[in-house]
Amino acid sequence: MPLLLEIVTPEKLAYSDTVDAVLLPGSEGELGVLPHHAPLVSMLGVGELRIRKGAETETFAIAGGFLQVRPDKVVVMAEMADMAADIDLERAAEARREAERALEGGFHEGADLAQARAALQVALLRQRVAERRHREGPRRRG
Amino acid sequence: MASQRDIRRRIRDVGRIKQITRAMQFVAASKLKRAQDATLAARPYSEKIDEVLADLAAVLGDQEHPLLGDRRDGKRLIVLITSDRGLAGPLNTNTIRYGARAITEHAGDLAVVSVGRKGRDAMRRSRVPLEAHFAGFGDRPAFADIIPLARLITDGFVNGEFGQIDIVFPRFVSTLVQRPTLDPLLPIKPTEDTEGIPGNQFIFEPDPGTVLEQLLPRYVATRLYQAVLEAKASEESSRMVAMKNATENADDLIAEYTLAYNKVRQANITREMIEIATGAQAR
Repeated sequence: MPLLLEIVTPEKLAYSDTVDAVLLPGSEGELGVLPHHAPLVSMLGVGELRIRKGAETETFAIAGGFLQVRPDKVVVMAEMADMAADIDLERAAEARREAERALEGGFHEGADLAQARAALQVALLRQRVAERRHREGPRRRG
Repeated sequence: MASQRDIRRRIRDVGRIKQITRAMQFVAASKLKRAQDATLAARPYSEKIDEVLADLAAVLGDQEHPLLGDRRDGKRLIVLITSDRGLAGPLNTNTIRYGARAITEHAGDLAVVSVGRKGRDAMRRSRVPLEAHFAGFGDRPAFADIIPLARLITDGFVNGEFGQIDIVFPRFVSTLVQRPTLDPLLPIKPTEDTEGIPGNQFIFEPDPGTVLEQLLPRYVATRLYQAVLEAKASEESSRMVAMKNATENADDLIAEYTLAYNKVRQANITREMIEIATGAQAR
């Protein structure tokens, strides 16, 4: 049975295709989904979403949101979902430096600090995902 | 009767106005395309959020979360979405008039949050209390822009300041039709999950209550985002049509003035010839 994967963000439908398996960051830890998975709704963390389709893999950097799993369909509702190939390396590095500056930039409290940390976490993730993709190119197996 | 020179100047002026209205028409057309695409692209996310909310509602009772409870105490809040700029035909007037009707019909305490300058100005003129104002979100509203607005509204509802929140915005029906609409936003009434797997068969991680808590603010933000995008598409299509009409009117005016100009010119020539003929006879 094919597994349909849809990745949606508030601004667009980022991905829609049948896949063999998907690995993603649940709020309670890494989560692998194959066809015939039990119905599940979970919160998502910040991390990498890896898609396996035949011999190819594809990576997304995702942050925040929800996941709905049915036996034949996975829907990822993320605040942010960037395909590794679409992330601009230099811009990602710049965003990371900016997030670090904001954190070092002195006095932080409560929500402000949490926000700055979250921003840095996302920036680091985007950079990591983009760098690996850049090094290895679209990965092929076998 | 106006002199030849006066009429010529008028034709030139109308021609310049026509250039501007035509340029605005084409700009609006291309922005409309973009706004329409954005509205369509945002739809899948909001449909999915609705679906998960329906699944959750099937598991949880109505009173599990403060955003779901039907409370009639607290002020009524209207979020009025208009455009920042004018020259968009009757769009803003219609939306504001529609909102004003809801405001005057409501007897109790009421406040307005305006999105877009036109709505704010109208509310100030009629002395309706403004809770907050957000400038319209530019040509490409981003989801992140909506977050502060959504937070203000959810916080106000959770702490009991507002008891009922509605959105008034011009719904985009087609390029020619934009309909002012009032959509209830809070309290949330989840739709019935009619297809797929019943909600109670889902496993929720970490647990239904936590998921709901995270989901509801996003639901509110998504609904607001949709309304802002539709208002944007409505604005551009209304402006496009208004400017098309203005360009056509300018063409009509130019034709009219050209006719008048030719008549005056003809009359002048005729008069001069009579004068010459009379002069020659008098010799």
